[in-house]
Amino acid sequence: MPELNYKSISEISGPLLFVEQVPNAAYNELVEITMPNGETRTGQVLDTRSGLAIVQIFGQTAGLDVKRTSVKFLGRTATVSVSDDMLGRIFNGLAQPIDQGPPILSKERIEIVGNAINPVSREEPSEFIETGISTIDGMNTLVRGQKLPIFSGSGLPHNLIAAQIARQAKVLGKDENFAVIFGAMGITSEEANFFVNEFRSTGAISRSVLFMNLSSDPSMERIILPRMALSTAEYLAYEKGMHILVILSDMTNYCEALREISSAREEVPGRRGFPGYMYTDLSTIYERAGKIRSKNGSITQIPILTMPGDDITNPIPDLTGYITEGQIVLSRDLQRKGVYPPIDVLPSLSRLMNQGIGKGRTREDHRGVADQLYSAYANGKDLRSLSAIVGEEALGTSDKLYLKFADEFERKFVNQGRMEDRSIEGTLDLGWEILSQLPVSDMKRLKKEYLTKYGKWQEEKDAVS
Amino acid sequence: MDNNTGRIVRVSGPVVIAEDVKNAKMYDVVRVGKMGLVGEIIRIRGNRSTIQVYEDTSGIRPDEAVENTEKPLSVRLGPGLLTSIYDGIQRPLNLLRQESGDFIARGLTAPAIDEKKLWDFIATSENGSRVSEGDFIGYVQETDLIRHSIMVPFGVAGKLAGIKSGKFNVNQTIAVIESEGGKTEIRLSQDWPVRVSRSVRRKLPPDVPLITGQRVIDSLFPVAKGGTVAVPGPFGSGKTVVQHQLSKWADSDIVVYVGCGERGNEMTEILTTFPELQDPKSGKPLMQRTVLIANTSNMPVAAREASIYTGITIAEYYRDMGYDVALMADSTSRWAEALREISGRLEEMPGEEGYPAYLGRRLSEFYERSGNAEVISSSTRRGSITIVGAVSPPGGDTSEPVSQNTLRVTRVFWALDASLASRRHFPSINWLNSYSLYQRDLAQWYNANVSGEWENIYSSTMGILQKEAELQEVVQLVGYDALPEKEKSVLDIAKMIREDFLQQSAFDDIDTYCSLDKQFMMLSSIIRMGKLQSDALDRGVTMSMLQGIASREKISRMKEVREDDFRNYHEGLMAEMEQQITGLKGGR
Repeated sequence: MPELNYKSISEISGPLLFVEQVPNAAYNELVEITMPNGETRTGQVLDTRSGLAIVQIFGQTAGLDVKRTSVKFLGRTATVSVSDDMLGRIFNGLAQPIDQGPPILSKERIEIVGNAINPVSREEPSEFIETGISTIDGMNTLVRGQKLPIFSGSGLPHNLIAAQIARQAKVLGKDENFAVIFGAMGITSEEANFFVNEFRSTGAISRSVLFMNLSSDPSMERIILPRMALSTAEYLAYEKGMHILVILSDMTNYCEALREISSAREEVPGRRGFPGYMYTDLSTIYERAGKIRSKNGSITQIPILTMPGDDITNPIPDLTGYITEGQIVLSRDLQRKGVYPPIDVLPSLSRLMNQGIGKGRTREDHRGVADQLYSAYANGKDLRSLSAIVGEEALGTSDKLYLKFADEFERKFVNQGRMEDRSIEGTLDLGWEILSQLPVSDMKRLKKEYLTKYGKWQEEKDAVS
Repeated sequence: MDNNTGRIVRVSGPVVIAEDVKNAKMYDVVRVGKMGLVGEIIRIRGNRSTIQVYEDTSGIRPDEAVENTEKPLSVRLGPGLLTSIYDGIQRPLNLLRQESGDFIARGLTAPAIDEKKLWDFIATSENGSRVSEGDFIGYVQETDLIRHSIMVPFGVAGKLAGIKSGKFNVNQTIAVIESEGGKTEIRLSQDWPVRVSRSVRRKLPPDVPLITGQRVIDSLFPVAKGGTVAVPGPFGSGKTVVQHQLSKWADSDIVVYVGCGERGNEMTEILTTFPELQDPKSGKPLMQRTVLIANTSNMPVAAREASIYTGITIAEYYRDMGYDVALMADSTSRWAEALREISGRLEEMPGEEGYPAYLGRRLSEFYERSGNAEVISSSTRRGSITIVGAVSPPGGDTSEPVSQNTLRVTRVFWALDASLASRRHFPSINWLNSYSLYQRDLAQWYNANVSGEWENIYSSTMGILQKEAELQEVVQLVGYDALPEKEKSVLDIAKMIREDFLQQSAFDDIDTYCSLDKQFMMLSSIIRMGKLQSDALDRGVTMSMLQGIASREKISRMKEVREDDFRNYHEGLMAEMEQQITGLKGGR
């Protein structure tokens, strides 16, 4: 199609432009919109028919009109120009620099809607990432190529945790090219400043790429930002062989932008007004994490989302949990008790944990310790609610031990400093230490040989020796 | 543009509308646009055809051409299916990788089964013999585990001619069938439209269990060969692990695993682990009996809709050969969502929660393709398809339409429970909410093949678990210490059943598979323990004394004992229990 400027807009509705007399715009084609005052906006074709194109605008629609605004179809789908000069820089949602630095000049342009990785080409993620946080390393282990979201709520310290992970994450015994890509969608300028300062003060900025879309920025850019960020990540990982950690915050804002467009298009809404295709849409973001057999690099994702009303059944955490390989859930209860990081291990899960732990990776007793901690803590928490009804006095002796265990677990194992970087051995030993308050006969998840090798029960050791 | 092709007039996501598609018929496969994307006609209105496209439509414009292949969406059936991994429309993913690299490009085609490979065909019928549809005329050894019988295609009957053993590829003629209507050439492969079920002579009642080696399933909620199972559960409750365990250990001949809208890394896990796993009976890699269909969540949504049908058609083909086939569909909710997405783009009037009004019908049509059946052939032969469908209800709430419509047609329900999962009780199948309508029918088989005591042990177990749930409510009110000793003993035995029997680790080399004999012995020792405790309490022994006996520890270690050593272990345990408990003196 020739590059013509169309001035035949018939309707503007929310972020959508209806452009008539367009013979054949391509689906998902990129467009440039020139406003009456000369400013330009970018957009994308959402629906195309003979004679009509429906365009979604990225950016503010204030100042658009139907008479003088012109639309140019660019004949290509959205791309991002990538290079390793992007490290250390800050961009907006459309990958334009916003740090007063020079533009990125590169011949490499890649499409931002990546094709799906062929499942045959994937490599099973199995390299343990030590984050230095006991509840993650010990009980919900993160591995390279995994997507593990943090389910948080407003007012909970998910940003601190994300920053701590970004700062401390390492693969044991390996010194490889590592970088962080941070995609911020609709976060406040204070939160954004926190991350920028955090990255600057630790020197991490030189190995980071930041994409920023603040809450005051156009919400439509939130739709495109994670794709810009992930395309950059794919370039650095698969072309440059780097190991990339992608942090996306806050996916709730992304989903709300998606709902905004869907309602502007007058689509049939699904649960809570979110579009029926939200699962598919989210999967095109999350499934871009992974490792490819023939390539060196990898992409690990930690998306952060705030659960509206702390409700894990809300469609945003719900659909996310069905795609990602587990989740780290933060708890307001623990936060109130002053526990940092307030990670509630019971609903948390890492599906790829088994591949990353055990002999030769972390330690042989890892699985057993994690399972035993889980079941003992679950038991302790049940008893806690029981004792609230019948009183602690009505509990049996061993029940009282479990009650005490649950407290100790929260205070010693979960709780740690913001700067505290625990080694995996330290975490597991700590687990054994607090388990030793319980009767050794209850340790059904632990193999006998490990009980004698790592266990801290005095009688047990005496009995053996 | 030549006059034979249609012309696109609208593109909206996976739905394309075209005008003047030649000879457009419902469910014809078409090639869309310059890239030749694969699509299927799903609605016709005047000269306009609505097409669902199985690939991403970015960059497609109005005015591009649409060509009609005039064939329905079909799968290729023949030797070479086993060990393959396909996308939703039966394109082999390893060939796609050779063509387009690590990411799946668009508009690719690849033969579904290797057309160059030569197979050793052994003829078993003679020239001149009369054959009709479904009859075996010969076979090839497809893998070490599976003999692939070559059947006369449906709708063909007559006199066999020109058949001989030898090396053939799947496209070469191996025989000719002559009838009044003319000659039909027979090849090693045949095509079959995926949306049409392959008919059987008659359905038989399912009377043999599918043995899975998973204790909670085999002992409490068994499924028959040819049965249907719904596995609903919220995320993280272990649906996928249950499905993986079944495809690894279930004693079916063939496994078809459909990864429908699920995670890429999970398919990779299957691909890396299955070739290393061995069939417990033959010692051959399990991959040799497996067909994988992988349409991950980020692959095109329309192909996800098709993937379930591709899978069941392949399953039916092997059933027709007389095999027991197990089909795992993970997850049917993603398939239903694909239906909903397409329906939304077609601007159909939505039913419940935005799903199309025909959701229930489509689901029941799919599950109805399961069954234990006498297949069509002039000799008598039976085969079966067991369908295990995972359901992913939003928020774990099974009152939603996909779960409800599935439960209406399935006969086994394994209710996965988030609270069990969060305390790492796996498989997290809730013993109070789950059910199996086959249990009664299969009890005879168990009584005859495992032990005459089976039925009794089963009822005792379920009784104790039920009683536990009631007692737990009392404990919530009055506390544990207030319970009579007998009831404390029930709680104690129920805990043993839960922790030492129902819990099973999929990741432990020994515990991952448990034979029916071992299951029976494990359960009977726990029930025996309950009986002994109860008798001892009558004599005035207290629970705290009983809790001190040494054989309890041995019960909790039963899982770790190898199959070969278990009978000895069990006999020792039974004797020890008897001696230790009867030796306790009552305080009265």
